[in-house]
Parts: sequence; C-alpha cells; structure tokens
Amino acid sequence: MSQPDLRERAERCYDKIAALVSGPVSLMEVCGTHTMAISRFGIRARVPETLRLLSGPGCPVCVTPASQIDHLMAMAREPGVIVTTFGDMLRVPGSKSSLEQERTRGSDIRVVYSPHDAMEIARAAPDRIVVFMGVGFETTSPTIAATMIKALAAGIGNFCVYPAFKVVPPAMDALVASGETRIDGFICPGHVSTIIGSAAYEPIARDRKVPCVVTGFEALDVLEGVILLLEQRAAGKAEVQVQYRRAVSPEGNRTALDILSRTFTPCDAAWRGIGVIPGTGLEPREEFLSMDARRRVQVEMPKDAVDLPAGCGCGEVMRGLKVPTECAMFGTACTPSRPIGPCMVSTEGACAAWYRYGRG
Amino acid sequence: MSVQGTITLDHGEGGAATSRLVRDVFLRHLGGPEVLEDAAIVAGAERIALTTDTFVVRPSVFPGGDIGKLAVCGTVNDLAVMGAEPRYLSAGFILEEGLEIALLEQVVASMAATAAEACVRIVTGDTKVVARGEADGLYVNTSGVGVMPAGRTLSSASCEPGDAVLVSGSIGEHGTAVMVAREGFGMTGDFKSDCQPLGDLARALLAAAPGVRCMRDPTRGGLATTLVEIALASKVEIRLREETIPVRGAVRGACELLGLDPLYVACEGRLIAVVPADQADAALGALRSHPRGAGAASIGEVREGKGLVLDTRVGGLRPLIALEGAQLPRIC
Repeated sequence: MSQPDLRERAERCYDKIAALVSGPVSLMEVCGTHTMAISRFGIRARVPETLRLLSGPGCPVCVTPASQIDHLMAMAREPGVIVTTFGDMLRVPGSKSSLEQERTRGSDIRVVYSPHDAMEIARAAPDRIVVFMGVGFETTSPTIAATMIKALAAGIGNFCVYPAFKVVPPAMDALVASGETRIDGFICPGHVSTIIGSAAYEPIARDRKVPCVVTGFEALDVLEGVILLLEQRAAGKAEVQVQYRRAVSPEGNRTALDILSRTFTPCDAAWRGIGVIPGTGLEPREEFLSMDARRRVQVEMPKDAVDLPAGCGCGEVMRGLKVPTECAMFGTACTPSRPIGPCMVSTEGACAAWYRYGRG
Repeated sequence: MSVQGTITLDHGEGGAATSRLVRDVFLRHLGGPEVLEDAAIVAGAERIALTTDTFVVRPSVFPGGDIGKLAVCGTVNDLAVMGAEPRYLSAGFILEEGLEIALLEQVVASMAATAAEACVRIVTGDTKVVARGEADGLYVNTSGVGVMPAGRTLSSASCEPGDAVLVSGSIGEHGTAVMVAREGFGMTGDFKSDCQPLGDLARALLAAAPGVRCMRDPTRGGLATTLVEIALASKVEIRLREETIPVRGAVRGACELLGLDPLYVACEGRLIAVVPADQADAALGALRSHPRGAGAASIGEVREGKGLVLDTRVGGLRPLIALEGAQLPRIC
C-alpha cells in the first residue's frame, strides 16, 4: 500500500471512530505488542478524549510476581546453578534486587534468546544445573514445552524450567468479574490468539457481555479493531470477531496446544499487582516433574516478598484503573533507566511504552 | 616490514619495543618526520575548531569499517558539521596485552586510508599498553583541529519556524551493523556501517545553501536524540513526517527483531541539516548530487512550538524524547 493510501485509510478510520464515540468508552488491550503499537503510531492523539485505550495485564514479564523472581534469585545463589532467562526479565525488580544486580554479585545468570539455547548450555555443562525462567503467555509456553519434551528425550537431566507461565483468557474474565474497571470491549491479542484460537474468548463475550475483537498489530489493524468494537457496542452486541483474519482461526494451532497440554496442566497463578487468579498458571505434568526447577533446586521460596513498592501504580495500570501518566511516580521517580515498577522495565510494559513513545 | 606476534607490556614501556612498534606500525602507515618530537607544529588560523572523541566499539572490525576508520570519521565529522575544514588529528591508543599486532596494523592502515580520503593529517599520537583483562582489545582516541572560515557560524540554537530538516541518507545503518556483527542472532542480510568522512559533503552543502542554520551528525542517540537537542536549543518544534525518513528494509527488520527503534540508532556517516525554506531545494540537490549524500531526503519542518513530534505514517502524532540510557552499548 502506498503511503498516501495508508494515510487516507487511516483518516477515514479516525472519522468513523469519532462518529461512533459519544461518551466515555474504555477499551482494553491485553497484549504488550498492542500497547507498543498504539503508542508508537500516535493513535491516542487522534481519537476522542472520551475513548480510553487501556493497557491490561498484557506483558508477561510485568505480571510475574516478585516472590517468583526472589525465588529464582535464591536459586541462582546456589553453587553449581546457572540461571537462564529472556533479556526482558533481567532488570525487573524483585523484592529487593533484580537478576541483573544478582549477576554483578557473582551469580551465573545468562540471557538467552530461546529455551533451546538454555538447553544447549545444559548439554555443554553436565555438571551444572541449568534453570530456564519460564515466563510467557500461550505464544511462548509451547516453545518451552517443546524444548522440555526434547530435553527429556535427549536425556539432558540437568535442564529444568521455573514455571511462571500465564494463560490469558481466564485473566481477562477475572478482570471483568471483579467489576472494578469499566471495560466496554477487549482488543484481544493477535499473537496469543494464533495459538489458542478466537473461540477461547466466547465465554467472555457470551457470559460477561463484553465484545471481543482479535486484532492485528499494524496501525490499520488496530484502528479497524477499535471500530469493530465500537460498532458492536453501538448495536448492543457482544460477540467475538476476528479482525486479524490473516493469522487467526477459531480453533487455533492444534499442534502447539497439544504440545502444551502434553507438558503442562493448569494451576492457580499469582499475577503481580493483581493477585491470585484461578486456572491462569501452568505447571509440569507428572512425566515432567523432574524438570520443574522448584523440585530440582531445593531452595525455599523466600518469605515476605514485596510485590510492588509503596506508591507504585503498576497494579492499577495492569487492572485498567489508571493509565501510566496517572501514576504520581511516572517519568519523575520512575523512568526506564531507574525503574521502580515492572511496567517501566520491559519494553512491552505499559509505562515503558508510554514513556518511550511520548506519553501516549 | 610487517610486525608479527601480539602486543606485550614491553610495547608500552617507552623503550626499544615501543620504538619498533611506533616505527613499524604507526609511522609506516601514517607517515611522520625523521625525528619524533614531543609535539607537532602545524599551520594555524584566525579561528580553529577543536574536538575530541574516544572509540571503544566492539567488535573492532565490523562490516563497513573498523575502529580506526571510525576514529577518523567520528572526529572529522564533528569538525565538518560545525562548518570547519578538518586539518589535523591526533591519535591515542590503549592496547590490551595480547592484542594481535596484525589487527593493530589493519586498524592503523585503515586510519591512514580514511585520513587520506578526508584530507586530514594524523600528526601526533600516543600508545599505552595495559595488562590482559584490563581493556578489551584496543581503544582509540582522536582529537581534531579544523579551520573555521571567516564569518561562518552554525548553531543548533538558530533554527526558525519554516526551516526544512534534511538528512543526508538512510539512518540506523552503523548501530545495526555493529549489533548484528556482535550478537549475530543468526541474522544474515545486507548490513553495513555507513561510516564515512563528511567534510566534502558538508562543504558542498554549504556552497549550495550558505544560509544553513546548523548541521549535526546523529551518532549516539541517533536522529531523534539529535533533533530533540536542536529543537530544545532553538526553542521550536520540529515535526518529522515518518514515511519520508529513509530507513532501509533490512535495517528496519533487524531493529524490529532487536527491539530497537531506528530513529534512535547511531549513524556514523550521515549529517542532519536545518536550512531556510528558500534554500531547501538547493540544499537537497547538493546533497543528492554528491556520492556521500545520494540517499538524502527532506524529512520535516521547523514550527512554532516545543520538542520533536513524529507525524506517523497513519497520521498519528507521537512526541519523541531524547534517548533514555544506553540503547546499544559500545557501538562507537
């Protein structure tokens, strides 16, 4: 598409959105890539002020509880243990420290770009225990599950995973059920939906009466997703629609889902700043228990974790109660180079995106 | 005669080994007088520009250049964008014990070639050696002296509403090339640093558009950070039109994968110029007709207001702020 066409089409979208918004409306996205896209394209500057585009708990790094980060750091301090993680996790504050700080104090903590790299580290160092920090939504967890299957088959017994996974739809449901945030529609995650399929949102639309539109990540995708949600609302409907048709089917990716269910079973999970949400975690099945880092490295989870420091608004931001600029510490006490809360650390965190892409 | 082996602490002791290194590596490539004195004596001028820069890039050699070429270009370009005629450089080296002398020689030869290309002379230098582990290969410092033509004043504080903002080529090339060379990530593609001396391009631009308000080379912090500084200094808004900013597809793709924004990725062979509207066409023409500025583009304009704003390709408006922290460590 040539650039003038793109601008023209976008302008038509802004006009439509303006016509559809006639009072306060709150739409929530639950995917860090949408958070970044909305800020990066400067969309908020072009939609009516009464249309609030909220960031939900869409950044898997941000929702990892401090207690689990503390636990991982305690493991890293054990002799013979190598902790491996995606780079985003490195600077996320635990209760008192971060993996990055622990590394400067001598723990062997390494950044990897895939769980497979972590497995290879384990293969090359059979006398060490290699822990991989398993953080991610349904987009990431199947790859980690596949690596565990492979490691088990290859007999790499010193590779294990710290399960800090999250699944998205029940968390969305819990946010609506809590009733503390007005959510008039969900901009459903594009990548996660390629795995789980759009049908996964049916209960939210049907039982909670909240429109859901699975949306892609280009600027026009996001604008069209917003329009579809506003149109449903105007028509008094609550359905699951797929804007991101080029990638998402109702049933999702069967292969990935099979790998996932072969390896993990659902469990309750704590979300940072939100609390425990039933059925939103994943833990290894019987066959894979030997690869659960919590069994493999016998270190107690440190007590008295401080989930968020006093005054940090990340919890409210991830529950849709605030936008980042409504936090008193945003951009003053809390910046990407001196982050206080997790949402300012990860590039997909709402606060980091708002900061980096200019307050909206 | 080429020197074999690796750098030892002896090479930094000031004795015979140092003399051999200076003679066989530095002077062999850079030239110099028969007798080395403690300072070089050079011709002067009414007003001179003086600048210094230190280079710690890792890896020392990357597609499109090496630390030596970079050390000459970086300092020459700082002089050139001030409107000065670059003339003389000094070169200081910190070498790690164990460095392959062949690599040092490659770097020095590259400095000599780049200096010749930029019409500057390296007239003085220094070498120190530190023990293994106390540095990473080699670090280079260059200082440069340029002559300021009478009456020429370029300043980041002199931009006015209506002025056009030009860039001399595609952005983000250097930082991306170094990142890919360093980290690999299994990425293949056409990545090459844009590292080049800009003295002649700056001269051509000033000849075609004598009213140029200011020029800058967007190194660390990239295009966005440099323009934020200009907007702040001139107390104006600079509004960029996103689709006019030249970014090659390979660079855009690599940045996407690495989580970087090309607007913030360093260039080492590009200049930004702010020019009065009535000279914008002449300025753009001069840049484009020069081989070092063939990819030049007009990317935005100066307006009443404050800060740097990106008019995105979908008509959104995004304020751009100065880079926070190090997006990429050790790229220059």
